[in-house]
This record gives sequence, C-alpha cells and structure tokens, in this order.
Amino acid sequence: MNAPLIIFFVLAAMCVIGAISLILQRHPIHSALSLIVVMVALAGLYLLMGAEFVAAVQIIVYGGAIMVLFVFVIMLLNAGLEERTNFSKLAGFAGVPLAVALTGLLAAAVARSQDTVQAATQTGATAPTKALANLLFQDFVYPFELTSFLILVAILGAIVLAAPRGES
Amino acid sequence: MVPTHYYLILSAILFGLGVVAFVFKRNIITIFMSIELMLNAVNLAFVAFSQALNKLDGQVFVLFVIVVAAAEAAVGLGIIIMTVRNRQTLNVESVNLLKL
Repeated sequence: MNAPLIIFFVLAAMCVIGAISLILQRHPIHSALSLIVVMVALAGLYLLMGAEFVAAVQIIVYGGAIMVLFVFVIMLLNAGLEERTNFSKLAGFAGVPLAVALTGLLAAAVARSQDTVQAATQTGATAPTKALANLLFQDFVYPFELTSFLILVAILGAIVLAAPRGES
Repeated sequence: MVPTHYYLILSAILFGLGVVAFVFKRNIITIFMSIELMLNAVNLAFVAFSQALNKLDGQVFVLFVIVVAAAEAAVGLGIIIMTVRNRQTLNVESVNLLKL
C-alpha cells in the first residue's frame, strides 16, 4: 500500500466520520463544526489530486466565508438543541433504505464507468493553476462575469431579506 | 496513485449521507448545511473526473459551484432569519403554511 492511498483513506475516513457526526449531533453548532471537518478533509483530497487552487478556494470560501456565515447565524438566532418530533411515516420507513439504495446506485454507476474514465492517459499537468487561470479568463469569461452579477443579486437579496423592518 | 473510482465512490457516500441528513434533520439550519454537504460531494466528483480525463474544465465548474453555493448560503440564511423572526422556532415542522 503506497503513501497516496494511505493519505486517501485517512482523509476519506475523516470525511465520512464528519458527515455521520453532522447527522448525529443534536446541536446545530456541533453539526457546523463537523461540516468544517468534512470540508478541510475534502481540501486535502483536492491537494492529493493535484488541484491546488481548488483546495485553497475550498478552505478560504467554504471553510472560511460560508461556514462563518452559518456559525454567525446560529449564534444570532440563539439556536438550541434540536427538538425531536415524530417523523412522517414515509421518512421513517423508507428514508434510510432509499438513501442506501441511492448511494449504491451512484457507486455502481461510477464503478462501472471506470473503464471509459481511465482510458485517458495520465500525464502530469505542469502548473495547473496557470492553465486554470487561462481557461477561466478566456474560454469561460462570460460565465465568470455572470457569476459576479449573481453575487451582486445575492447580496441585495440578503440585505432586503435580513434588514430590520420598521422605520422607512 | 489513487484509482479514480475510489474518489467517485466516496463522493456517492457523502451525497447519500447528505440526503439522509436532509430527510432526517428537523433543524432548518442543519438541513441547509446538508445541502452544502451534497454540493461538496458533487465538487469531489467534478475534480476526480477532471483529474482522470486530464482536463481542467471540471475544476472551473467547481469554482462556479462554489460561487453559487456562496450566493445560495447568503440568500438562504436571510430567508431563515426571516422565518425564525415570524415563527419563533427553527423546527421545519412548524413551517407548514402551504401544507394541506
């Protein structure tokens, strides 16, 4: 067993344990911290795959900005322990089997597609971040500009939604 | 070198756990976090295919997904703040105005 495989299994175990912990924790702040563990482990997996820029963005935007927003809202709303209510019968009986079936179906589909995927030759890409920048600002420049508009709309929407009502 | 389908199976497992969290959690913020978990699982599949096919387009799409997730988090948390202000609770069971 070589070193990348060992690193992969350690990070994958961190991901899965973090995700299970997200489900089992009853306090939302503990769920948020579990999700941060998942995101940091995923950033490690991106590094393992040679996607350095995506790993950095994952840490900065997901682990930094988005999760800080979540933790901030949890503290702002003073969220306590989750209340237990009766599940709907459909969720109680069919939820877990259907989720397991979905996971199995996805895993089987991707495992079957491995022949076509691995047909491509694996040459070590040189300076992938530079190539990524070229791709992002040449081929994908219009979608990139559109995302800036999307962010603007999202900022306006968040302000309109969350701003205090009253004097106006 | 880690085989590509290991990453894809991990991605499927994380997506399934996100679905389970989405169905079984009752706290509206935790449900929102499970959506982020599913988006992360899809990002992992994108990067895995990008590495396997030796093309960088997948990584560009991951950046777009992250941007959309950030916008979604901002607007969604605004909606959650409004909901809690109106209902005084985080339990999704109490948000039932459209329920028959």
